[in-house]
Amino acid sequence: MIEDRALDRVWLAGVRSQFPALAQTMNGHPLAYLDNAATTQKPEAVIAAVSDYYRSANANVNRGVHTLGQAATVAYEASRATVGRWIGAAAPEEIVFTKGCTEAVNLVAATWGRRNLGKGDVVLLSHAEHHANIVPWQMAADATGAQVQPVAVDEDGLLDLEDLRRHLIEGSVRLLGLKHVCNALGTVQPVAEAVRLAHEHDALVLLDCAQALAHLAMDVHEIGTDFCTMSAHKAYGPMGIGALYGRFELLDALPPYQGGGDMIRSVRFEKSTYADLPNRLEPGTPHVAGAVGFAKALDWLGGIGVEEADKHERRLATLATAGLGEIPGVRIVGKSKVKVGIVSFVADWAHPHDLGTVLDQHGVAVRVGHHCCMPLMERLAVPATVRASFACYNNEGDVDALLAGVAAAHRIFG
Amino acid sequence: MLDDLYQETILDHGRKPRNHRKLPNATHRAEGYNPLCGDRLVLELRVEGERIEDVAFEGCGCAISQASASLLTTEVKGTTTALAVALSQRFRAALTTDETPEGLGELECLLGVRNYANRVKCATLAWHALTSALETGSTVTSE
Ligand SMILES: Cc1ncc(COP(=O)(O)O)c(C=O)c1O
Repeated sequence: MIEDRALDRVWLAGVRSQFPALAQTMNGHPLAYLDNAATTQKPEAVIAAVSDYYRSANANVNRGVHTLGQAATVAYEASRATVGRWIGAAAPEEIVFTKGCTEAVNLVAATWGRRNLGKGDVVLLSHAEHHANIVPWQMAADATGAQVQPVAVDEDGLLDLEDLRRHLIEGSVRLLGLKHVCNALGTVQPVAEAVRLAHEHDALVLLDCAQALAHLAMDVHEIGTDFCTMSAHKAYGPMGIGALYGRFELLDALPPYQGGGDMIRSVRFEKSTYADLPNRLEPGTPHVAGAVGFAKALDWLGGIGVEEADKHERRLATLATAGLGEIPGVRIVGKSKVKVGIVSFVADWAHPHDLGTVLDQHGVAVRVGHHCCMPLMERLAVPATVRASFACYNNEGDVDALLAGVAAAHRIFG
Repeated sequence: MLDDLYQETILDHGRKPRNHRKLPNATHRAEGYNPLCGDRLVLELRVEGERIEDVAFEGCGCAISQASASLLTTEVKGTTTALAVALSQRFRAALTTDETPEGLGELECLLGVRNYANRVKCATLAWHALTSALETGSTVTSE
C-alpha cells in the first residue's frame, strides 16, 4: 500500500508537470483546478501538436495535389484512425469528426432521427441526460411527431433497468439515448445491460460518452452501442473538435447532415450526388488541427494509462468525499458504488453559488449550478450542486484546498 | 476581498430574508429567472394609487440574490412606484457601470458585487423583476 502511494506520487509528478496552465496562481492561491468535467487542461504534447500542425503541416485537406495538402490529409485521416482505435471501431470510416458531443448528437437526431422517426415512435432518454442529449431529440420529435420519454433514475442518477424494460415493452421505442458517465454526479451507467435490453426490443442506442472518454477504457463492440458521441476537450484535447461513432451500416444509410464542399461526389444544378463516408457527413473545411490534437491527446492518455488515471482520480474523490463528510451540513449528492472521480455536494448553510465564489477566492475552480441537467436536478430536488471533478493531474493538495475552501465558507455562512 | 462581498448586512438578509412570503391581494407581480444558475423568484406588490403599500417575494437562491430581494422589499415599501423604478435604475446602473452611485442607502452594502462580474446578475435579479412588475407585470429573466 505504502509502495503504491509512493509510485502514485512519482507517476503524478511526471503527469502534473506537463500541464502549463496548472502552474499559475489564482486569487493569490495556487490554482486547484477541479472543473475537469467541464473541460480538462491540456498537456504540452497536445498544445505542441496543434501548433506544430499550423507551423509545418497546414494546408486544406481532401483537395489539390500539392504535397503539403497531402500531408495535411494524411494527418487528418491518421487522427481519425487513432480515435477509431481508441474506442474499438471496426474501421476509421465509422468515425465522423464533429465540433463535439453536442454536434454529434444533433447530427444523429437531424439525420437518422428525421428520416426514421414517425408518429407514435418513442425516443427514450434517461432522466439524467445532459441537455445536449435531450434538446436535439425534442427538435427531431417536434419535426416527426415522435415522442421523447424519460426513463427513471434513482437518487444516485443510476438508470432504472426495470423502468427501461417497461418502456421498451410498452412503446414503439426506436432509440435509447444514455450517457455513459453522469457529468453531474459521476455515476457510471450499466451501459452494456441497457444496450442489450434495447436491442432485444429493436431499439438503437446512442451513448453520450462525453464524460467516459478520459476515464474509462471503452470498446464500442463490447458495449454493443450503435452510436457514441465524444468531445476531445474533456479528455485533454482541444476545444471545437469531437466525434460521432456509428456502426458503418447505420452511418452509411444516413442522409447528409449539412450540404457543402467536401461532402459531394458531383454537383450539378439539376442534382448533386454525395461522397462516401466519412466525407459525406463532414461538409466544408474541417478542424484539422483539432483532429490532430484530439489524436495526440488520446495517445498521450494511453501513454499515462487511462486505468491508472481513473484509479488515481477515484482515490482523490474518495478523500474529498470523506473530508466533506466531516464538515457540518454538507451532503454528497450521488453515492453510486460505481463512480468516476466526480464529487457533487450541497451544504445546508449556503447556496452552491456562494460556495463557488468562496472557493474561487481560495484558488479552487469548481462548477456550481445545474450542470446542464435540469431534469436530473429536479428529480433530485436540488436547485444546484457544487461539483468537484478530478483529472489525472490533480493531487492531494487540490483536495486539501477544496476542503479548506469549504471550511472557510462554513465559517462565513454556517 | 470576500469581506467586501459578504458583508454582515448581506449575510443577515441572506439568512433571514425580510418579507419572504406570499402577498395576498397583490396588484403587481413578476418572476425573475436567472437561466445561468436556475434561481427563480417571484416578486409581488400591492400598489394603491401611486403608493407601494406592501411588497414581498418568494423563491430561494444564493445569499446575494436573497439579500438583494430582501433589501429591495425594505427599501421600496411605502414609497411611490416612480421612486421605486428610479431606485431600481440607479441600483442596476451602480452595479453595471462605473458611475459613482448616489442615494442608495442601505443598498450600498451590495456594491462589493461589482468585483465579481459573474455574480452581478444575482444582485440585479429582484430589481429586474421590480421594474418589470411595475412597468409590464410580466415574467423577466436577469440578462
Ligand atoms: C454528459 C455530457 N454530454 C454532453 C456534453 C456536451 O459536450 P460539448 O459541450 O463538448 O459538446 C457534456 C459537456 O458538458 C457532458 O458532460
